[in-house]
Amino acid sequence: MKLSREEVKHIALLARLGLSEAEIEKFRIQLSDILENFEILKQIDTTDLPPTAQSIALQNVFRPDEPKASYPVKEILDNAPQRDGNCFKTRAVLE
Amino acid sequence: MSDLHQLTISQAHQLLKDRNISSVELTKANLARLAKVEDKVHACVTISEDTALKQAKEADKTISSGKIEPLTGIPALIKDVMCTKGIKTTCSSKVLESFVPPYDATVIDKLKASKTVILGKTNMDEFAMGSSTENSAFFPTRNPWNLDRVPGGSSGGSAAAVATDEAIYALGSDTGGSIRQPAGFCSVVGLKPTYGRVSRFGLVAFANSLDQIGPITKNVADCALVLNVIAGHDPKDSTSAPYPVPDYTKALIPKLNNLRLGIPKEYFVEGMQKEVRASIETAINKLEELGANVDRDASLSLTKYALAVYYILAPSEASANLARYDGVKYGFSYQDTNNMWEAMEKTKQFGFGDEVKRRIMLGTYALSAGYYDAYYLKAQKVRTLIRREFDQAFEKYDALVTPTSPTVPFKLGEKVDDPIQMYLSDVCTLPINIAGLPAISVPAGFADGLPIGMQIIGKPFDEETILHIAFAYEQSTDWHKRKPPI
Repeated sequence: MKLSREEVKHIALLARLGLSEAEIEKFRIQLSDILENFEILKQIDTTDLPPTAQSIALQNVFRPDEPKASYPVKEILDNAPQRDGNCFKTRAVLE
Repeated sequence: MSDLHQLTISQAHQLLKDRNISSVELTKANLARLAKVEDKVHACVTISEDTALKQAKEADKTISSGKIEPLTGIPALIKDVMCTKGIKTTCSSKVLESFVPPYDATVIDKLKASKTVILGKTNMDEFAMGSSTENSAFFPTRNPWNLDRVPGGSSGGSAAAVATDEAIYALGSDTGGSIRQPAGFCSVVGLKPTYGRVSRFGLVAFANSLDQIGPITKNVADCALVLNVIAGHDPKDSTSAPYPVPDYTKALIPKLNNLRLGIPKEYFVEGMQKEVRASIETAINKLEELGANVDRDASLSLTKYALAVYYILAPSEASANLARYDGVKYGFSYQDTNNMWEAMEKTKQFGFGDEVKRRIMLGTYALSAGYYDAYYLKAQKVRTLIRREFDQAFEKYDALVTPTSPTVPFKLGEKVDDPIQMYLSDVCTLPINIAGLPAISVPAGFADGLPIGMQIIGKPFDEETILHIAFAYEQSTDWHKRKPPI
């Protein structure tokens, strides 16, 4: 599976991952090689097989919906790159 | 006593219990050892000396009041992927370089309840992605047995720290071999418990269906002691298993009375170093002498597909998990842009290293429209087959024995630009994460002074059997007693 530069740029856009021109070329070659190695899975017939998302049987987990204290606002906001009073400050999504 | 840092958990516990030493003395001995070797090994990213000494004083008070548990007052190091309240948790990434969590991971809660002493946080491959600890955004850790070699990854800092006696024990995390491979490379004991055995709450997620926290220790008995404390159900982790926790120290029996062991031939891969093969074969003979029934013709025919399955599933989960580092709520944030989208892209471009970017791209591709069925769904279906094959093997065998890695520790820089070669380092360990099984690596020899590890794989939630086998083997050899020349 050989990836084109356009495909690499498209994947980066989907992941909102900025790449330099040099990175686009480097990842194009490396990802193409890795995807080629994945072709081995085509040898296995998986028709009618269920997928396994987790290795142990899972059940829904519920807890009582009871009010309790949250983490202190200050501690949460201490990690914020930008803040305004008690709020996270971010760039406008719609300009 | 000048060599307190060399103690095991059991030895230190006895001395603390008998009041022959204090936790403060022990902690100071480890901090002194850290100060002495850290500029050569670079195992730690944060050393929290003040907090550690405060915890040691509290532990001494607890001991004076007559309450002592096996980990009380014992100094430990924690892989920097587990949240520690008030202590930086960086995942060795620029994105989290200044992140201080407002809460503790459940395993940290449990260690604190035991009054263990936390010395600091250990270096790792960024977000636990890698096999050599060279992907740390800060600096590579070096193998204490040979400083030109890698300590393995991604818990390389934790394994190197235990090998050099910087800490009495450490915690690591294992998504595809990240506890066992560095344990093998540094000649210490590393256990990946069954998926769900230890809570993942507060473990910064890499690949949720594969990640598991586990101990890295100087010997097998210590490993059982740490597992006793960290294992168990946690309501905060919906994938945590609601099963009771046995006392793992009861599994430490020196004879292998007719245990059935399978040696899957596919794990002796093409390209395996002949010294590794020879050491593991010698170790298997030893297991036989100890009373095990060994079948050298066991087969796990799907092993060759595990690498592809892993490198589709793990990056897919990682690409979803790492989307949260958008520079808004916490972590590195690139601000000098014209709009929000550009800020997000630049934050990731300058915040993440190469391996993380590579896996985000792989995962995004495998999950994207048009490729989901061919890659992600296909890998999940082959995962079903791999798990079934292990289940069938465990109808015949109590445990499986393999090398931990196909080679001895490789040189720094040797594989860093060749992702496929690097991925092959974990070829013996990652099938176990795909199937969610427990496995342990124990020291099993040396080639030219470089360590070789043996992996013992168990049935789901049967950590007792693999600890039993590992203990019996360890008691009949002295590999674990050797110390690196540092």
